[in-house]
Amino acid sequence: MNAHSSVSNETFDCRVAFSEKLIALAEADPRIVAVCNDSVGSSNLNAFRDRFPDRLINVGIAEQNMVGVAAGLANAGFIPFVCAAGPFLSGRATEQVKADVAYSNYGIVLCAMSPGMAYGELGPTHHSIEDLSWMRAIDNLDVLVPADPEQTKAAMDWAVASGRPIYMRVGRHKVPSVTPADRETAFTFGKIDVTGDGNDVALVATGTLVSRAIEAQAILAAEGILARVLNVSTIKPLDAETIIKAAKETKGLVVAEEGVLEGGLGAAVSMTLSENHPAKAKFLGVTSFAPTGSNDFLLEHFGLTAKGIADAARKLVG
Amino acid sequence: MTISVWPDNKPLDVAAIRDLPEGERAEQLKLVAKQVRRLIVQMIDTARAGHIGGDLSVTDALVTAAFGVLNISPETADDPGRDRLILSKGHCAAALYSVLALRGFFPVDDLETFMKPLSKLNGHPNRLKVKGVEANTGPLGHGLPIGVGSAVASKLSGKNWQTFVFTGDGELQEGSNWEAAMTAAHRKLDNLVVIVDRNRLQQGARTEDTASLDPLPEKWASFGWEVAEIDGNDTAALLKAFTQNRNGKPLAVIANTLKGKGVSFIEDRVEWHHKVPSKEQVELALKELA
Repeated sequence: MNAHSSVSNETFDCRVAFSEKLIALAEADPRIVAVCNDSVGSSNLNAFRDRFPDRLINVGIAEQNMVGVAAGLANAGFIPFVCAAGPFLSGRATEQVKADVAYSNYGIVLCAMSPGMAYGELGPTHHSIEDLSWMRAIDNLDVLVPADPEQTKAAMDWAVASGRPIYMRVGRHKVPSVTPADRETAFTFGKIDVTGDGNDVALVATGTLVSRAIEAQAILAAEGILARVLNVSTIKPLDAETIIKAAKETKGLVVAEEGVLEGGLGAAVSMTLSENHPAKAKFLGVTSFAPTGSNDFLLEHFGLTAKGIADAARKLVG
Repeated sequence: MTISVWPDNKPLDVAAIRDLPEGERAEQLKLVAKQVRRLIVQMIDTARAGHIGGDLSVTDALVTAAFGVLNISPETADDPGRDRLILSKGHCAAALYSVLALRGFFPVDDLETFMKPLSKLNGHPNRLKVKGVEANTGPLGHGLPIGVGSAVASKLSGKNWQTFVFTGDGELQEGSNWEAAMTAAHRKLDNLVVIVDRNRLQQGARTEDTASLDPLPEKWASFGWEVAEIDGNDTAALLKAFTQNRNGKPLAVIANTLKGKGVSFIEDRVEWHHKVPSKEQVELALKELA
């Protein structure tokens, strides 16, 4: 394993990979349909609509109805990909996600578009920063956060094959590829992908924060601090084994996510550590309703940057 | 559950009712409805819990749909083309369970376990535990969106099944119903029927004293639905409504009912939303339903 890998300059909107993959899946499997809430454009579904006009069910601006309709389709054997902006899917239709999807055990893929603070200047009403906490609290619902286009596509393959109730973030904020070239598959359900084997500190990150953790790993390496990066693309169920191993083999963990600290990835890691191997840790996330600013500006504002992660790591190690 | 009201104590061939001429069908459905009401009273007596008022008001509509119109049977429970019956007013699970048991989805004796620890017969229905249950309802306003999805799937798959959704009237105060109503009309889902159990009472008071629904038929019509307003405790009227021409639209059947129908001291009284009858009242109720 490399001590660390570098991050390329080329960045991607995961929704592009998502829509290409959705069309490929739908071509191979007539059970696949898309359900959306007037979000054809923002969910990047124009090409899907052109290719499969009957299999795009746009219910209008009605999220509760949208998720219920998906349950009715799943009851009939279809595999709905429900595509809507993260804040409205997770917030407006929470009870439908609980009762109609998870409790009913339907193979429905809830695709939270433009999650985190992707809507930047539109403000906190449009930020999906509570979704991981809300969705984690629901039994029988898998929660996925692919970190790049390759992971997004591989997670979609898994979603269809598994038939599971799934909540999945689909990133809008452009990210570089973080999937190492030597991986057989970009996404393995329930497994954390580890980059590097540094024993000083573990940088645990998800989604947009993964590439930033990899950059932090390089910054720290230049100072002689050896880090490993844990890319958590399955938030629930959490890969406890890899977390515990990291806690045992390092001096502490920095956990970073584009979301609130109450109930998200950090909370999941914290509980795992407390029960199994108490360790020093620092949790980075979105700690208040955001001020006005772009997604990049806001990530910087909350210290969700390579520098912010490296600073936290230094304090832990020192 | 042993008490029967079948003529000469001989159970009706409930599977055959659907094929009878309409008049005879309505008469037999009345007998089934009476039997279902007796089962409901006994279940609630045994569990010492339940929602007796709404169970008894929706009984005739449920029975007419399940035994008189829809293709619903244990044999076709996993058939992709089966008709879908969705009880959106999930708190009236006792009525649904009684219907399913009489139709042979599970033994009638199982009804004695209603709401008992670890019973498959939870206070609200669970599709994963009980064959014949199509939706895990309970929170109100969930059934109609699911029904819309089912009706879309019916057209998309070309299998052309019917979807019947039973809602309460107070339940229509949930906005999700009207989201679904718009989608159904927009997509011309003439394979979808909503039956509103219009008993005019909700948990705490009369609907019209809480958040009024009238004029209810006009509301559905203005949303683009075909509307039938009928006596919802009359199996003949229900049969007629369920099979009427829908003019290419989804159909809303406003079933005017009496909450607690069939038991005089329960009928149309707000306190019987989920009150449990005393042992003496159970005996009286069963006598009235004999």
